Amino acid sequence: MERVLLKNIENPNSADIDEYMKVGGYRSLPKALDMQPRDIIDEVKKSGLKGRGGAGFPAGMKWTFASADPKFPKYLLCNADEGEPGTFKDRPILEKNPHLLIEGMAISGYALQAEYGYIYLRGEYPDAKHALKKAIKQAYEKGFLGDNILGKGVKFHLAVHQGAGAYICGEETALIESLEGGRGQPRIKPPFPVNVGVFSAPTIVNNVETLANLPYLIEIGADAYSKIGSPDCPGPKLYCVSGHVEKPGVYELPMGTTLRDIIYTHCGGIRGGKKLKAVIPGGISTPVLPPDKIDCPMDFVNMPKHGSMLGSGAVMVFDETVCLVKVCYRALKFFEHESCGKCTPCREGTGWLRSILDRIERGEGREGDIDMLLDVAGNMFGKTFCPLGDGAASVVQNFIKHFRPEFEEHIK
Amino acid sequence: MNRTDELIKEIQEVKKSYPKTKAALLPVLYLAQREFGWLRPEALEFVSEALDIPKATVKGVATFYAMYKHKLMGRHLIQLCTNVSCMIFGAERLVDFLKNKYGLEVGGTTADGRFSLVIMECIGACGTAPAMLVNDDFYENLTEKYIEEILEKYK
Repeated sequence: MERVLLKNIENPNSADIDEYMKVGGYRSLPKALDMQPRDIIDEVKKSGLKGRGGAGFPAGMKWTFASADPKFPKYLLCNADEGEPGTFKDRPILEKNPHLLIEGMAISGYALQAEYGYIYLRGEYPDAKHALKKAIKQAYEKGFLGDNILGKGVKFHLAVHQGAGAYICGEETALIESLEGGRGQPRIKPPFPVNVGVFSAPTIVNNVETLANLPYLIEIGADAYSKIGSPDCPGPKLYCVSGHVEKPGVYELPMGTTLRDIIYTHCGGIRGGKKLKAVIPGGISTPVLPPDKIDCPMDFVNMPKHGSMLGSGAVMVFDETVCLVKVCYRALKFFEHESCGKCTPCREGTGWLRSILDRIERGEGREGDIDMLLDVAGNMFGKTFCPLGDGAASVVQNFIKHFRPEFEEHIK
Repeated sequence: MNRTDELIKEIQEVKKSYPKTKAALLPVLYLAQREFGWLRPEALEFVSEALDIPKATVKGVATFYAMYKHKLMGRHLIQLCTNVSCMIFGAERLVDFLKNKYGLEVGGTTADGRFSLVIMECIGACGTAPAMLVNDDFYENLTEKYIEEILEKYK
C-alpha cells in the first residue's frame, strides 16, 4: 500500500513546507476549495472514514450534525492530546508531517464553514509544538491559512493550544473545557459539541490521524478511498506497536490488518524467540487478548466481535516473562492518577481497584479479593460520566477473565 | 522595558488567539511559570490580575494539571515514564538508579538543586521504551549508563 500518513518521513526535512509540496502537498486544498462545502462532507460520508481517536464514529456523520446547526461561528478542533498509554501514532504526523494535518484542517474548516481551528496538543510533546508552530507560520506565508486562502475568499485561522499533562483532556468535552481555560473535567452530553461546543458554538473535534486523511481522500475521491482496507471501515491506519516485538514502531497499513500479521509479519515476531503471553490491542483501556485471539482484523467493526476494541491502534505485546498482575496494577495506578475526580464511581473505584491489585501483586492478597475486584469494577462500568471509568473497570474485568489463574496464584 | 512589561506584552499577544480571555489561562500559566520559576502565590496573583480571573479559579485550574509546578524545583526537570510499555523494559530500575546514584527521590530535588524528578504517565515513546524528557528534550531506549551520559550535559 502506498504510504499516505507517513509519506516522506524518512526525509529529514519532511516537516518543511517546500519538501511537503515537492511530494504533492497542498494540491488537495485548492481542489477542495473549488468544491461546495456540502459536496466535501458528502464525499467524506461516502468514503466511510471513521474517526481515528478511538471511538470510530463516522467522520462524515459528525460533520453533517455540526454543519446542519444554523449557529455561527463554528470551530474545528484537532485532538492532539495523544495520551492513551501505548499510543504514539500521531507523534510522527505532528513532528514530521505537520503540513499534512494543516492541509487536512484547512479542507475540513472550509467544509464545515468554520473560520477558526485549534490544535489541542499534549504538553509532553515539545518537539511537536515547535514543528507545528513553524509549519503554521509557513502555511500563513504561502496563503494556505488566513483571511483569504489562495485568493478564494475563504477564511481559516489555526493556532496551537498546549495542554498541561492531563489524560482526561483527550475526552472531547474535557478538551473543550480545557481549551476554554478550565479544569479538564468532562461535560454531560447532550448537548453534544457539534451543537454546543467550545465557546458555546457548534464544534467538531477530530483526531490528528482523521484530519490527516483528508488531503488524500480529496485527492483520490471517496470511491477509491473506500476500497482501501476493510470494506466496513476503510482507509490507511497507523498501528503503533510496543513491548516485546523485534521491531516496535509506527506502521501504516490498510485498516483491518490482523493482529497476527502486525506482530509476526511487520514487527518480526516476539523478541528473542520467546512465547507470546498477551496483547493489549488498542491502548491501555482496551480489553487484553490471549494469544489464541490474535487472528482478528484490527478495525472498529471486527475487534468488538473478537472481544476487544481497536481504540487508538496501540498494540502492546507481552511475552511469557511478564507478570500480568503487575501490568494490571500499573494500568490502574495510571487510571487512579488520571481520574478527574468529578464522578464518584471513577474517583473512588479506580483508587480501590489500584489498592487491591497492589496488595495482590505484593503477595498479600486475601481470599475473595478477585471477586471484590470484579464487584468494584461492575459497580463502575456504565456508571461513570465519561469512558475513563469504563476503561479502568474493563481492564480489570478482562485481565481476570483471561488470566484468572495468574491472579489466584498470587493470592495462594 | 522591564521583565513584567515584556510579560504583559506576551500575554496580550496570547489573548489575541482566543475569542474569550479565560481561554488564555493555560498558556498564561505557562508564561508565569517560566517567569517566576514555579507557580508561587505571587505568580498566581499576577495571572489573576493580568486576565481578570478570580484567584481561586486560577489556582483551581493550575492545580488540576500535572505540568504546572507548585513548588520550587531543580534547574533541570527529569520526567521519566514508568507506564506499562516503559515498565516492562525496566523503568522502575531506572527510578532506583536515580535514587541511589543521585539521591533523587520521586517528586524530589537533589540537594544541590540540579535535578528534580517527576514520574510521567506515558510520554508517547512506547516503541523506544524506556523514555524520559529532560526539560524539553526527549531521550529514548534508556539504560543506566545512557542516563549517566545524558545527565552530564545538564549542569
